[in-house]
Amino acid sequence: MIVKLEIDWKQIDEIITHYGNEKEALLMIMQDISDIYHYVPPEVVPVLAEKLGVRKSHIFSVATFYKTISLVPRGKFIVHVCTGTACHVRGAEKVMDALKTDLKAQEGETTADGLFTLEGVRCIGCCASGPVMTVNKETHGGLDRSSALKVIDNYRNLSA
Amino acid sequence: MAKLKNREALEKLRNSLQVKSPKSQRLISLCAGSGCGAYGTAKVHTALQEELAKHNLQDQVQVKLTGCHGFCEKGPIMVIHPEGIFYPQVTPEKVSDIVRTTLIGQELVDKLIYKDPVTKKKISHEHEIPFYKLQKRIIFGNNGLIDPTSIDDYIAVGGYAALAKALFDMTPQDLIGEIKKSGLRGRGGGGFPTGIKWETCRRHEGQRYVICNADEGDPGAYMDRSLLEGNPHSVIEGMIIGAIAIGSNDGYVYVRHEYPLAVTNLTTALQSAMSLGLLGKNILGSGFDFDVRISRGGGAFVCGESTALMSSLEGKPGRPRAKYVHTVEKGFREGPSNLNNVETWANVPVIINQGAKWYAGIGTEKSKGTKIFSLVGKVVNTGLVEVPMGTTLRRIIFDIGGGIPKKKKFKAVQTGGPSGGCIPEQFLDLPVDFDELSKVGSIMGSGGMIVMDQDTCMVDVARYFVDFLKDESCGQCNPCREGLKNMLDILTDICQGRGREGDIELLEELGMMMQKFSLCGLGTSAPNPVLTNILYFRHEYEAHIRDKKCPAGICKPLFHYEIDSETCTGCHVCFQKCPQQAVAGDKKKPHTINQDTCIKCGICYDGCKFDAIKIC
Repeated sequence: MIVKLEIDWKQIDEIITHYGNEKEALLMIMQDISDIYHYVPPEVVPVLAEKLGVRKSHIFSVATFYKTISLVPRGKFIVHVCTGTACHVRGAEKVMDALKTDLKAQEGETTADGLFTLEGVRCIGCCASGPVMTVNKETHGGLDRSSALKVIDNYRNLSA
Repeated sequence: MAKLKNREALEKLRNSLQVKSPKSQRLISLCAGSGCGAYGTAKVHTALQEELAKHNLQDQVQVKLTGCHGFCEKGPIMVIHPEGIFYPQVTPEKVSDIVRTTLIGQELVDKLIYKDPVTKKKISHEHEIPFYKLQKRIIFGNNGLIDPTSIDDYIAVGGYAALAKALFDMTPQDLIGEIKKSGLRGRGGGGFPTGIKWETCRRHEGQRYVICNADEGDPGAYMDRSLLEGNPHSVIEGMIIGAIAIGSNDGYVYVRHEYPLAVTNLTTALQSAMSLGLLGKNILGSGFDFDVRISRGGGAFVCGESTALMSSLEGKPGRPRAKYVHTVEKGFREGPSNLNNVETWANVPVIINQGAKWYAGIGTEKSKGTKIFSLVGKVVNTGLVEVPMGTTLRRIIFDIGGGIPKKKKFKAVQTGGPSGGCIPEQFLDLPVDFDELSKVGSIMGSGGMIVMDQDTCMVDVARYFVDFLKDESCGQCNPCREGLKNMLDILTDICQGRGREGDIELLEELGMMMQKFSLCGLGTSAPNPVLTNILYFRHEYEAHIRDKKCPAGICKPLFHYEIDSETCTGCHVCFQKCPQQAVAGDKKKPHTINQDTCIKCGICYDGCKFDAIKIC
């Protein structure tokens, strides 16, 4: 169950003003909004269109082009399993499989309790410590199946 | 901070900083790059400060959180200066021992000394470790010495002296001439001569832009991230010098959103350069103005392509365009735009400081200077390695990298990321530079070097890259979009045991079509990982297609595990570890695997100390 968050319009306004209402900053504005809500709530789109002077279709085209932007709600913890080449040859797929089974979610899906979103990411540049995953902004390296599951358990306990 | 009004003020500041922290001072450098950070540098730092305070040493010993040292395998790394004592894999528990024995007792902590995994010899000092000793770190070397958030640190090691030289002793033409003479070529992978690019950009009228490509999208390459995190001022200084040469007042760094520490450290660096008057209006009183702004990319591999990157900078989807008109003529906002990558920019101050002649003395005939490689995958010493152009693959992988772990056999090294290819053992003595690797079907690219051992399935690797590229293709042109989709279908079929005669030829035909007709570099180079793979590892494709076998034991439908009754000691480890209870057998007697319940997870194979589990 994903709880919809109330949108703090003042904060959205501040983000847009921070970038000087500049349409070239659209992607960064959406990234900042994502940092707060973990996605870009679609109701923000018309506001962005008006303030930046662009069409809504343009915003959708940018939002759907870049991987860091999601228009659907995501979990409290975003789990990014690195599937870059270095992690791949060191067994990232095994880590991903273990997480899929444990979280009962496929890549790109959010767990039923709204806690975790499981995503694959192509290289986060920690290749020497692979396989690697990040949970929100924390990096966890040198993983295998069991240590990856332990990391998830820690976050699960954290929010309990 | 007061603005530096002229060159003399900069030199005066440098002198005072060098007097304040002389090289002979006791200094602990603790790596806080993303790699070591993931292993827990922050906790070690806290423990270290507490321990120093406990012994009242906080004023005598300086602690520096630096950027990436490169030896990421052994993180968190601690180096104690001036001697250069090296302690790997430091944990908070080890800190008190280090402080008591090394700082106070002036002796080494024997059990914490680095042990060379190849010779098993203990090596106590950083410069004696083969991983470091065999490198030539002219670009990356300062990373371990400076705190990336302190502009003072950068100035103390000679920072911004090249900028002063460029502003006051040289004309823009001199600068372009010097860079041309140095032989510097674009480090992002293209290898285009930097001086010629600058010169062409300067020739075109209009508002010119200087852009830094920090959208390091090659999976397996992270040198640009480490440079931006660890020494952001070297990149900024390079950009300012480039701007003087090109005649631009407007700079941008396009950096990946997935590199948060790089963004933070770069932001801090830009602010402090601005407040010292090294950026902004009237730099060092020269009358030259230059600003740098950061733009964060959104995780799209294609945005490393120049036209796509500039489209993304304009706030649009990052779709490339055909390059009838080059970006040096019409790029960002339709203005002449000069794009170089992070490592290229970081080379510029070194060239201006040391001179083109010195720089051109390093490297090969057509590839000058050094190159940073990210040596990763199945190799003992993973990390970032800076060597002169022309160093052989064997020296990088075996002498510096320490070879393949667990006594496994080397199979191939993948260079150039998704645009490159896999190089087999017979070419290990090739010198690595822009031209040599392309002769065997790969490229040097931006410097990713992923080592693969006998347990890597080459068909799976090809499938992996095509899968990556299929997701990253912008979809504008048919050859790339449809070509990749079809290639992926064929490769997936081969990996799943549905491969048919003629598949290899079809892959080759598709690849050649894409190379010829795709719109941008992503599409034209996309078939490379598949084509070089077929060229050197055709037998693996044939084993998959004809014998329905995956010799490396990766493609699950094409192999099974069996326990060799002769070698099995009955140690019972696999029995205990198997999550499916598929292993049967009594202790000290040969075990067997029940093929019906086995899920081929590989836990038994990885865990067997006697190599008794075989891939069949």
